[in-house]
Amino acid sequence: MNRFAALLDRLAYEPGRNAKLRLLVAYFREIEDPDRGYALAALTGALSFRHAKPALIRALIAERTDPVLFGLSYDYVGDLSETVALMWPAPTRAHANSPPPCGEGACPGLDPGSGVGVHNGSPSSGRPHPNPLPQAGEGARPASGETIASELSAEVSPGHNNPPPPTLTEIVTTLHSLGKAELPAQLTRWLDELDETGRWALLKLVTGALRIGVSARLAKTAAAALGDKDPHDVELIWPGLAPPYLELFAWLEGRGPQPVNRDPAPFRPVMLAHAVEDGDFAAMNPADYIAEWKWDGIRVQAVSGVNEHGDTAVRLYSRSGEDITMSFPDLLPSLRLPGAIDGELLVLREGRVQSFNVLQQRLNRKSVTPKLTRDYPIHLRAYDLLGDGDEDLRTLPFAERRARLETFIARLDDPRIDLSPTVAFDDWDGLRAARRDPASAGAGLDADAVEGVMLKRRDAPYLPGRPKGQWWKWKHDPHIIDAVLMYAQRGHGKRSSYYSDYTFGVWTAADGGDQLVPVGKAYFGFTDEELLQIDRFVRRNTTEKFGPVRHVVHEPDQGLVLEVAFEGLQRSPRHKSGVAMRFPRISRLRWDKPPRDADRLETLERMLKAEAPGPEKAAAGGH
Amino acid sequence: MRPHDILLPIASGLCCKPGGFHIDPVRPVERAVITHGHSDHARPGHGAVLATQQTLDMMRLRYGENFAGSTQAIGYGETLRLGDTTVTFHPAGHVLGSAQVAVACGGIRIVASGDYKDAPDPTCTPFEIVPCDVFITEATFGLPVFRHPDAAGEVRKLLDSVALFPERAHLVGAYSLGKAQRVIALIRQAGYDAPIYLHGAMEKITAYYAERGVPLGELRPVKGVKKADLAGTITLAPPSATSDLWTRRFPDPLTAFASGWMRVRARARQRGVELPLVISDHADWDGLTATIAATGAGEVWVTHGQEDALVHWCQTKGLAAQPLDLVGYGDEDEDVGMPAAESEAAEA
Repeated sequence: MNRFAALLDRLAYEPGRNAKLRLLVAYFREIEDPDRGYALAALTGALSFRHAKPALIRALIAERTDPVLFGLSYDYVGDLSETVALMWPAPTRAHANSPPPCGEGACPGLDPGSGVGVHNGSPSSGRPHPNPLPQAGEGARPASGETIASELSAEVSPGHNNPPPPTLTEIVTTLHSLGKAELPAQLTRWLDELDETGRWALLKLVTGALRIGVSARLAKTAAAALGDKDPHDVELIWPGLAPPYLELFAWLEGRGPQPVNRDPAPFRPVMLAHAVEDGDFAAMNPADYIAEWKWDGIRVQAVSGVNEHGDTAVRLYSRSGEDITMSFPDLLPSLRLPGAIDGELLVLREGRVQSFNVLQQRLNRKSVTPKLTRDYPIHLRAYDLLGDGDEDLRTLPFAERRARLETFIARLDDPRIDLSPTVAFDDWDGLRAARRDPASAGAGLDADAVEGVMLKRRDAPYLPGRPKGQWWKWKHDPHIIDAVLMYAQRGHGKRSSYYSDYTFGVWTAADGGDQLVPVGKAYFGFTDEELLQIDRFVRRNTTEKFGPVRHVVHEPDQGLVLEVAFEGLQRSPRHKSGVAMRFPRISRLRWDKPPRDADRLETLERMLKAEAPGPEKAAAGGH
Repeated sequence: MRPHDILLPIASGLCCKPGGFHIDPVRPVERAVITHGHSDHARPGHGAVLATQQTLDMMRLRYGENFAGSTQAIGYGETLRLGDTTVTFHPAGHVLGSAQVAVACGGIRIVASGDYKDAPDPTCTPFEIVPCDVFITEATFGLPVFRHPDAAGEVRKLLDSVALFPERAHLVGAYSLGKAQRVIALIRQAGYDAPIYLHGAMEKITAYYAERGVPLGELRPVKGVKKADLAGTITLAPPSATSDLWTRRFPDPLTAFASGWMRVRARARQRGVELPLVISDHADWDGLTATIAATGAGEVWVTHGQEDALVHWCQTKGLAAQPLDLVGYGDEDEDVGMPAAESEAAEA
């Protein structure tokens, strides 16, 4: 467990993806089975056991520490698991007649008699409380703590007759079979046996919240890298694997065959599009392409298959292959026909596609309640068919797959699943016009949920990844405002010496005249050269510092105007301005513009009204 | 005579009236007894200064020849009569030359321990328990969450990282006096023998340690070294420099920070540290409580740090305890005593 804890500890501080990968690969290489397999399971969220509640952890620490000291410590640290991990007292010895902790000359730099003599020989000196609780930090160091500490609770010198710390395997397998009543005692034993970092990791594991900035995808990519395999290959066989993944590691290390995915409803690596630039069109023949709307929803792969017992398995995968089936139980009954649909998850109300803001209510939910599925009815808009029954369609040209898809959806005949319509066009100017005004080009009332058009070559097979020249996305032009730089914060990793995270604001009327109100934060969009320029500006125009944050001058005639591009707006009670931007980035530095000429909050308010008139009201009002 | 008649906290520091001196005064006084060389304890401008030879040397390095009217060196275990008191110096284990000052008068012995640690440190004489009636203790890490692990294990983390990321430069933030040299010595003990690079601000003091016989191996100034040549190397720098313009001379720098504060995640994250190393020159909670107990003192005065928790602990053990409101002492790791311009100035 200590090795897994050390890995988590390091990952939690590491900002860079590549560095995280290196740490993970090194761990998988060094650690043996089955420990590394359980680590992979923990990182991919594949472990299931009864989680410990914070109340239990609180109760355990309360039995062992002085409430005042715990209170001061918790205040200082701010995190319950971390506080408990750090102040968990050294275990007390089981037998009172054990030899004194200082018995083996383990008292460097100290005459063992000196402290004792004065204390015991002076009757007037303070005596310890006659019946104190065993306390945190009761002199874990045997050398000098003896006088008082040994009277209260004899302690164990480190590495001396202590049980070895538990392995990750031991912890995972024990938790799996443990009854609720046994959890506190077991947890106590482990906390006694682990060090600070080990306890921290254990508490994260048992409370079910690792939160160390490693996605399941990244962990699988690291496993793949161990054997120089394509992460897609790991993703493909993943659904057929179970912890501790002995078969997988055997294959990755060249000791065994590639595990077979016996899952009747496997994930297929998705095909992605490139963003099209104006210059690309010259080389593209309109007749070679089919256009569709680009929906502002969630890309999803809906797979249905029959296993060897004749049972139907239905799964929903995210574009990275994560199984998100459990989040959308209301869609599953509609996936009756064996096959694999590539499409977009949307929320439809009375036949109308709702904005992404509405769809967001369905994401990252722990439990899917009947109220949620009723208020936010989920819908699948299909645009490709990868498998039809047992037949793999991915090698067929897109035009043929599209025809098969149309037949498939017609056969399915389900109100929750429909076809993403194609957009008719003769030339690029025609498509440009449709993109500008989707409502009159066939999208009708759903036009608000269209974020551009997709262009797909008629003859393109379904290829994993982002192959060149096959699929293109042609998004709407982003919204643009001019905002004023207000605060700058240092970045992480390579950017840790640069002020690279910017909070910007727009003008609004206040009691004492106009003032800036923060409306967003952006940390990319600029070039390396622009980053240097902004960094220099920040350093020279700092008015105040708060830790890593600098307050940058922002007066009507003094300051830096940033042109900010963003994809959308939504109301947000958490922001002082009341609005939140989607995907904001710095598109240009407006050195030429005085801050007084930057945009006003009213501009954003108008955009907000134009953006989502209906759905916002519906979402706010409930049902 | 009561303890407060011997030592009394006043604005200029801890004042010993019967002895006619101050301990670690924060304002210029006639006679100063100084525990160690950190700038919040050892200030210039006093009339006469009594300290260990190393502390006097460090003050001279920092403030120049005329940092005091006169100086007197005293060794560990030596006793001196000052006014109606006797003063004895004992090792504090904090940094090279650091001392606890035992003041005895009228049958009462008070130990002002300055900053101290009871953990092993290859760069200085180990801490010694001094039996006393009143023990004056710091409380920098005076909360039970602060338990410093074995420093060798922390240095192992650093060396593992250097091995895993040979194309990156490892920058270790460490206070220039004491911590930096201890980290270097620990790195050497772990078997790393490549040159270690130094930020300009710590060259002088590190050279002093080496002169005094602390084995630090080959050290090089980082100034003027080509960026590409710094891949896979270790550089020691003052904490404030590791997040500043200065770091742009390194290839893909990885920031480590050696400090007891690194025990708390929020503190490490706030500073943007990627590799926190929990290495402290102060006693941790277990060290503080064990030391208090071992001195046999019936009364404890707690100064700079988390006084509340330590005072509470003493009281639950039946010891008379009170916070001593001394101002002007901070923890050096917090960059308090460091002029803001230091790191940027050191660029030149």
